Amino acid sequence: MASAILRRDRLRALTLLSPAYLWLTVAIFLPLSAMVFFSVLTDVPFGDREWHLTAGNYQAFLETGTYARLLWKSLQLGATVTALSVLIGFPCAYVLAKVVRGRSREALFLLVVLPFWSNSLVRIFSWAIVLRGNGVLDRAVNAVLPWPVKLNLMYSQSAIVIGLVHSYLPYVILTSYLALQAIDDSLIEAARSLGAKRLTILRRLILPLSMPGLVAGAVLIFVPVVGSFMEPRLLGGRLGTYYGTLIEDQFVAVFNWPLGAALSFILLAVVLVILGLASPILRKARL
Amino acid sequence: MTGKVLGIVGRVYLALILFFLYAPILVMAAMSFNASEFYQLPFAYSGEWYERLWSNRAILSAAWRSIWIAFVVTGIATALGTAAAIALFRYDFPGKKVLRALLFPPIAIPWLIIGTAMLIFFFGIGLGRGTPTVIIGHVALALPYVIVIVSARLATFDATLEEAARVLGASPWQVTKRVTVPWILPGIVAGGLLAFAVSFDQFVVSYFLSEPGDATLPVLIYTSIRKGFTPEINAISTLIIAVSMSVMLLAARYSNFGGER
Repeated sequence: MASAILRRDRLRALTLLSPAYLWLTVAIFLPLSAMVFFSVLTDVPFGDREWHLTAGNYQAFLETGTYARLLWKSLQLGATVTALSVLIGFPCAYVLAKVVRGRSREALFLLVVLPFWSNSLVRIFSWAIVLRGNGVLDRAVNAVLPWPVKLNLMYSQSAIVIGLVHSYLPYVILTSYLALQAIDDSLIEAARSLGAKRLTILRRLILPLSMPGLVAGAVLIFVPVVGSFMEPRLLGGRLGTYYGTLIEDQFVAVFNWPLGAALSFILLAVVLVILGLASPILRKARL
Repeated sequence: MTGKVLGIVGRVYLALILFFLYAPILVMAAMSFNASEFYQLPFAYSGEWYERLWSNRAILSAAWRSIWIAFVVTGIATALGTAAAIALFRYDFPGKKVLRALLFPPIAIPWLIIGTAMLIFFFGIGLGRGTPTVIIGHVALALPYVIVIVSARLATFDATLEEAARVLGASPWQVTKRVTVPWILPGIVAGGLLAFAVSFDQFVVSYFLSEPGDATLPVLIYTSIRKGFTPEINAISTLIIAVSMSVMLLAARYSNFGGER
């Protein structure tokens, strides 16, 4: 009897679960496997094209310094954007969680994370409008300063970094805020009444307790930034060649899909290593 | 005393962050009402760029395509995702942890990798690029979000209510329809709105999966920007931002990602 119920329950669970998971299998997990397969081909296996197995695409990565250099450049970009976002975002999360009180906090928090959920392409475009030569920023700065300045940040490394920080800053604010909010105020009170200085409280109490949220935010920024291509393209112009744009080119311009697949898979491996290293901390953050 | 100073400094800092986050968007929106085609200042009001949108066939059809794709994706992802979340909540079976863990990679892996992988796979099986492929891809991206959000709402649901209904003679379907779903409805609505946003704002995956002739709105905007842009792009971008922010404000009302509620 009990096993019959159990079996029926499992059948019901299967019925409810299989549509969603079949979909994920067909649209995500099989494609990722197909990508691994493509990465060891000489040519795309469509029509009557000749193809055979090869390690050449990976060899190309190892032998041609350009690809590895671009990956390194993207990793550096990821590190820069992540560091800036953490430095700017954590204090903001702290103010939201521990300084602002009452109803305004909820509204302010919503205002901070709202842009994050809006169209990222459009937000990058908005920076193009602001940063372009003789654009709004140029004019604003020149209106304030008495001597003429030529800013022209557009199509520069800084433009890419500014746009990316703008795109991903709300991530680290969100995760840090959730972690900071979970810290009981009475803990801070207790430390203070025992004579701890503000800095000591920050270093010994608040930072360690909010570390999981902070790391989660950092990882959630670092990973997509390393794989970004639209932001460097639009804000970097000629300087905007990164590992992501290299992959994009293989699929939309050069049409070397096997090489693109190999480059994508190398990026996936890097991403998985980072996620794996961070997973004990991510699990603690309970996001 | 120092506490008060900290409060003021904190609020100023917060204001600066909000300025950084919103100023470019507001500038972009303002420029969509500026008469100059080359974004020249001083500002002179004009509604011309919005009027031009109405006669721009390419933008109109891309906008329409983006909207109906988002609705289809929302419907499919919400239905499948809610069913899966209920099963993950209600039943115990081996491998449940694995199924939950499988939701993480689609969210964490960069869209560039997922998009190119989808392009390879759907070409390989002969489906090729086009709107159906875009829909399949969007649903897969939205599903994990829906399952996670509905699951979060289910975690606040008292499972004994389901048992009580069963004991009183309700069939499993009746329990779902009359007890479980009404309780988790806010979660379903929030998940659905998020699915809509994931699809409507999706650029990367659509970029690799859509046919040049029938691009979605973000793809069309990307290709136009690269060719050189006009305030018309500002106008349509302003409309997009308005839509996606309203959708997310609605989602925030129905979920608790605001923290305390």
